[in-house]
Formats: sequence, C-alpha cells, structure tokens
Amino acid sequence: MSGALTVFRKELRGFFFSPIAYIVITTFLLLSGWFFFSTFFLYNQAELRNFFSQLPIIFAFIVPAVTMRLFSEELNSGSFELLSTLPVTDSGIVMGKFLAALTFIALMLLPTIAYAFSAALLGDLDWGPVFGGYFGALLLAGAYAGIGLLASSLTKNQIVAFIVGMAICFMLTIFDRMLFFVPESVLSVFAYLGSTTHFQNISRGIIDTRDLLYFLSIMFLALYATTFVLKEKR
Amino acid sequence: MIEVQGLNKFYGDFQVLKELDFTINKGEILGLLGPNGAGKTTTMRILTCFLQPSSGTIKVKNYNILDHPLAIKNMIGYLPESAPLYGDMLVYDYLAYVAAMRGLDGGLMVRRIAELVELCGLKEVVHKAIHELSKGYKQRVGLAHAMMGDPEILVLDEPTSGLDPNQIVEIRQLIKEIGKEKTVVFSTHILSEAEATCDRVVIINRGAIVADGATDRLVREFGGGAVVDVTLHFPDAQLVTAELRRVVGVERLEDFSEVGEGLVKMAIFGKEDEDIRSALYRVIREQGWDLLDFHRRTETLENVFAQLTREN
Repeated sequence: MSGALTVFRKELRGFFFSPIAYIVITTFLLLSGWFFFSTFFLYNQAELRNFFSQLPIIFAFIVPAVTMRLFSEELNSGSFELLSTLPVTDSGIVMGKFLAALTFIALMLLPTIAYAFSAALLGDLDWGPVFGGYFGALLLAGAYAGIGLLASSLTKNQIVAFIVGMAICFMLTIFDRMLFFVPESVLSVFAYLGSTTHFQNISRGIIDTRDLLYFLSIMFLALYATTFVLKEKR
Repeated sequence: MIEVQGLNKFYGDFQVLKELDFTINKGEILGLLGPNGAGKTTTMRILTCFLQPSSGTIKVKNYNILDHPLAIKNMIGYLPESAPLYGDMLVYDYLAYVAAMRGLDGGLMVRRIAELVELCGLKEVVHKAIHELSKGYKQRVGLAHAMMGDPEILVLDEPTSGLDPNQIVEIRQLIKEIGKEKTVVFSTHILSEAEATCDRVVIINRGAIVADGATDRLVREFGGGAVVDVTLHFPDAQLVTAELRRVVGVERLEDFSEVGEGLVKMAIFGKEDEDIRSALYRVIREQGWDLLDFHRRTETLENVFAQLTREN
C-alpha cells in the first residue's frame, strides 16, 4: 500500500516535470474555454451545460495524452525492471499511476471553476448541475484514464499508446450517436455502452446507480486488464 | 540462503535456461559467468522476481519466489544491466523515491541517502538530473538504488561495465566490503574480476550450468594436470625428446622446435597432477644440456572458461 502511495507521489510530480503536462493543460483550457464561451452569450442563460456537453469528446483526446507515457516510457527505457523489483505489487503500481493521472486531470479541471463563477456573476446559476457535472467529469476521466493506462501498458511506443487509447475512448464517446446502425433487438444493450448518455445524466445532477456502475465497471475492467498485461509480460 | 532447483525458462519456443540447480550460501560472493546470451541476466531477473520461471522452484530463506514475491523483493537489492533509471529525475529525488519505496522516511531516509552518497561517491552529482550523468555515475546511482534498503542479498548485473579502471577497482573493493556481511550475486564478463572478487563462480553456457565451484578448484579440476614448458640449447631435438620421454611421470611430449635454430622447445605433460619438474631437471643436468627456460604452465580461469564454453 505504501508502495502504491510512493508511485502515486512520484508520478504526480513527474507530470509537472515534463512539458507534455503543460501542453495538455493549455490545450484543454483553450478548447474547453472556446467551446464554452463561443456559445455562452447566445443562449443568454447562466449555466455550464455547454461546457459539460463538450467534455466527453475533449476528454477522449486529452486523457489518453495524459496517460500515454505512464507505462510506455518505463517499458521503453527499461526502468520498469527497477520498478517491479522494488517491494510493490503490480496492482499497487497500476493504482498509483491511475490515481496520479486522475489527480492530474482533476487539477486540470480546477481552473474551469472560474467559468462557473463568471456565469454566477452574470445570472442566477443553479449549482446542482455544476457539482453533478464535475462529479461526472471525474468519473468520465477515471474511465478514460483506465483505458489510456491499459493502452500504455500494451506498447513501448507512446504515440501508439495515445492513438489506441484515443480510438477506444472516442468510440465510447460517439457510441450514442451511432445507435441507428444497431438492430432494434440489441439496442438497449448497445445504448448502455456509450459513455455520453451516462455522463449527461450525471451532469444534469441526477445520480443514478446505473450510470455510476457504468463508469466504475469500466475503470475496474481496464485496471484489472492492465494488471493482467503486466503479469503476462513476465 | 538461496536455493534454485530445476529452473527452466522459455521465451516462446526458445529455451533460455535449462534445468539450473545451484545454491547460494549466506555471506557468499557468487560470480555468474558465461558468454553473451548464456542466460545470466535471465537468471538474475528471475531471482529478483522481475520474470517468472517457466518451471522449477526458487527459495530465498524458505520463501518461495512464486508465493511471496513481496517478501523476497524486500530482501533483495538489484542493479540491472546498464542501470535504467528515470532520466528526468534529480539524483537526490530519485534516491528519496527509492528510500520511500523501501519504507524509509524522515530522518532515517536523509541519513541513509547521505551514507550512500558518501559510499558510492555521488557528492558532486547529487543535484543533477540523471540523464546528464555519465555512464559511470549512472552505474553508481544504480548501486545506491540497490543498497538503499540495506538488503541481505545484492544482485548486480555487470556492475563494472562502463566504468573506468579506477572506478572498477573501487566497485570491486566495495563488493568485497559488502560481501563480508551480505550475500552478493554478480555477473561479469571479466574473468580476472571474478577471480579477484568471488568466493565461488557458476559458469553458464547456453542456459545450462557447466561448472560450479571456487575458482582455484575449477582451475585445478578443468586445467588438465601439470604442464612444463622447456627450452634447451641443443642441436639434436630427437635425442632430447627420446631421453625426456623416458622420465617417470611423463605422459606425452609436444615438440615445437624449429629446425636450424639449435633450440629445442617442448611442452611436457605430466600424468594427472604429478609434479615432474625435479625428475625432468635431474635428467637435463645429467646430460649437460644448456637450459634456457623451464617453467610450469599455470592454467588460468580464462583457459578453463574458454574450454568450458566453447565445447558444445
């Protein structure tokens, strides 16, 4: 357990020592800010719905960029050998890295609270959906970070890790809009698989166990698979 | 301390290790020798729980490697080949990270890092990023990494590669120093290094153990008896050969004499371990030949190594 905590601290610090982190944060803030404010004044309503509705597609690109180096770099440089001969379990390593990525994304989201305050200044903001939105954003980030981590554990190449992770996240994001291709008999199953609807539910302030379960099971499956991949490398 | 039994490792269809059996005793310095690709690194990676064996058992202090990897990782400090460290970390930060992994914190951590910085000669680089360091310094940081938790067992994969001659001597002394209290396993290409440092060597060739024992014992065992090289000043080589062949204890003679030089050069092989020097010299003195060179050939670990690893 202390091993996982040490990995977490090292990785979180590591994010801020590499230029990628700053590039990712800047890109994220630019994209989300632009999407938000470009339509904010047209609707003439004090709400953050626009910001949150764009979040899944932005995260599908940003989160795999955050996670891509976590295992690929170690596998490439060989430092994974040192890491895995220190007294820490594989699941400890995976959890440490996962939580570091999630914390980093939470820190990346932090400045966007300014959007909420500026909206609150201009009108009567309903804070319920805002809290729901951030809660949902963390769940979404967790699910995508799990997928990104899995992709990173599969390859020594960071670019490949990014593309694989992004492709899977992107697919989950647009699943809801592709449902007209799916036969009606299996529609309900496929409708459950897309991430956007689940996220929108939570970001409206409705916390449903089905939506929670969706994100938590993706996280669990992805992290479990990552541990499995690491074990198979031996 | 460490017991390896029937260890096999496959990479796909390729068998890297074949039925390795050996034990490492407490407080021993064991050298793992072998040509490139013999399986030294793989053996060490399995010992340190980085790779899993395909079959066979390894016990470290009665802990099975498959059931208690964490307990074993706690006992072993490992320096992989070419020390793949995190390049973008500062040396001090890296050592602090390893210390935290080894469960050290606060004053204990600071003291241990200071000790290792002193011991491994890292004073000048402690605030530099690891990727700025030369290979020798990286190797030393790797050594500090391995020793951080004060482990009972040290596994070092080619600890002296990439170091300059002075550093090599330093590291060897360090290994000997550590070996007084701890168990050390290290691999090397440099045979003189193994001879100078190890209590015992295990020679691996193509994944199988071909020799296991103290260096002087191996040299005696595989050296193939006593050989005496003789050079004489005498025109008739055939007469000399005939006379010397009759000496008691001589098994055979190899004649290297060149015609016209007036010199007789030969290697004389004794039966088993018999010392034939006095018997030979008596004959030479009686015949009154001018003796120019007379010495017993000493087998070196190099010869033994070459013989053992070339055969198959």
